[in-house]
Amino acid sequence: MMRNRQQILARWLGVLIIVSLWSQNAFAHPQKAEAVGFLTGFRHPISGLDHVLAMVAVGLWGAQLGSPAIWLLPVAFPMVMAFGGMLGLMGVPLPGAEYGIALSAIMLGAAVLFEIRPPLTIAAILVGFFAIFHGHAHGTELPPGQSALLYSMGFVIATGCLHAVGIGIGTVHRWGWGQKVLRAAGGLVTVGGFFFLWKAAA
Amino acid sequence: MNRKRRSRMPLYAFVAFVGAMAAIPANAHLNATGMGPLYDGLMHFLLSPEDFIPVLALSLLAGLRGAAYGRRALFVIPVAWLAGGLVGLSAIAAAPHPFVAAAWFLLLGAMLAADANISLRLTTGLAALLGLYHGYLNGTGLGTSTTAAVALLGLVFGIFVLIALAAACVVRLRAHWARIAVRVAGSWIAASGLLMLGWAIRTR
Repeated sequence: MMRNRQQILARWLGVLIIVSLWSQNAFAHPQKAEAVGFLTGFRHPISGLDHVLAMVAVGLWGAQLGSPAIWLLPVAFPMVMAFGGMLGLMGVPLPGAEYGIALSAIMLGAAVLFEIRPPLTIAAILVGFFAIFHGHAHGTELPPGQSALLYSMGFVIATGCLHAVGIGIGTVHRWGWGQKVLRAAGGLVTVGGFFFLWKAAA
Repeated sequence: MNRKRRSRMPLYAFVAFVGAMAAIPANAHLNATGMGPLYDGLMHFLLSPEDFIPVLALSLLAGLRGAAYGRRALFVIPVAWLAGGLVGLSAIAAAPHPFVAAAWFLLLGAMLAADANISLRLTTGLAALLGLYHGYLNGTGLGTSTTAAVALLGLVFGIFVLIALAAACVVRLRAHWARIAVRVAGSWIAASGLLMLGWAIRTR
């Protein structure tokens, strides 16, 4: 039975790798603003390491908390983040967005490092609060002249894939050594968060 | 060895979904297929995310609710789309409103993410409204040439096939995580809708 589950896991990891490599050649000849819009949107969340760290940490934490948090976070997060993005697009100012993003990496990393298990609502509120900062930073950066729909879709899909990566890494939580690895990864995210906080303050 | 047979369908569905998403931008500049107006209309639908995504969201939601809902959506949306399109062909051009497009994304995406327990009647109403509205916009956009009606027909065929595939894939999902994956798709659609709304407000 255990062996069977591992096979399924291995198969899923294989699919994940294929999918993450897949899109490369599809964009080889972007001729119009539309294709560029999707590409810019997709590339945007991946281009900033601070954002990547926090998104992967969300997935790691979700995997650590187990059901139902592992399902609630990826369903709720994109919508809250998009709400922040909408505020950014509308021009609503959000002071200290860079600090908020750096702080989110520190907090989420620390939560994974110390295996903090708050009640589900508190975890959701905490993650949602930081999601607004992340969305806001992206929303203000949509380049003019590109398809807003495709930019949005690329942006949301890339963020969702980052969560999936975090959850995928988090599946090692079922083994004893994996739990230690996860906590170490949380520590790394925290260190990264401090680095970005230092950069934002400097 | 007590091996439990697992359906591979969710895996295939996921790969097909990602493949479909990845392929959209590459072919975005393919307006004439060279195979006549019927296929031009079909391709137009498949390459227009503002039309494609709401239909996908509604069919996924109908699939989550059950086979009866899926069947209802399967027949109501294309018929309403054709009717709206035929009206639109003889109307003066109307520009698609960005707020309404965003609202469709938001409404259907949020309902899918929440796994909304809608009634069969509400499904029918939503399907008819979606078909009429988007069909009308398509109709006005296809122009006044004699082949426009044929293109519209091809477009409606595309819709029918999409709903049949999407709803049927979801109807047979039993595993908890597989249904959650469908809801995550809804969450992404709603999130895109929110961003579109912000963009529409900004550029107004």
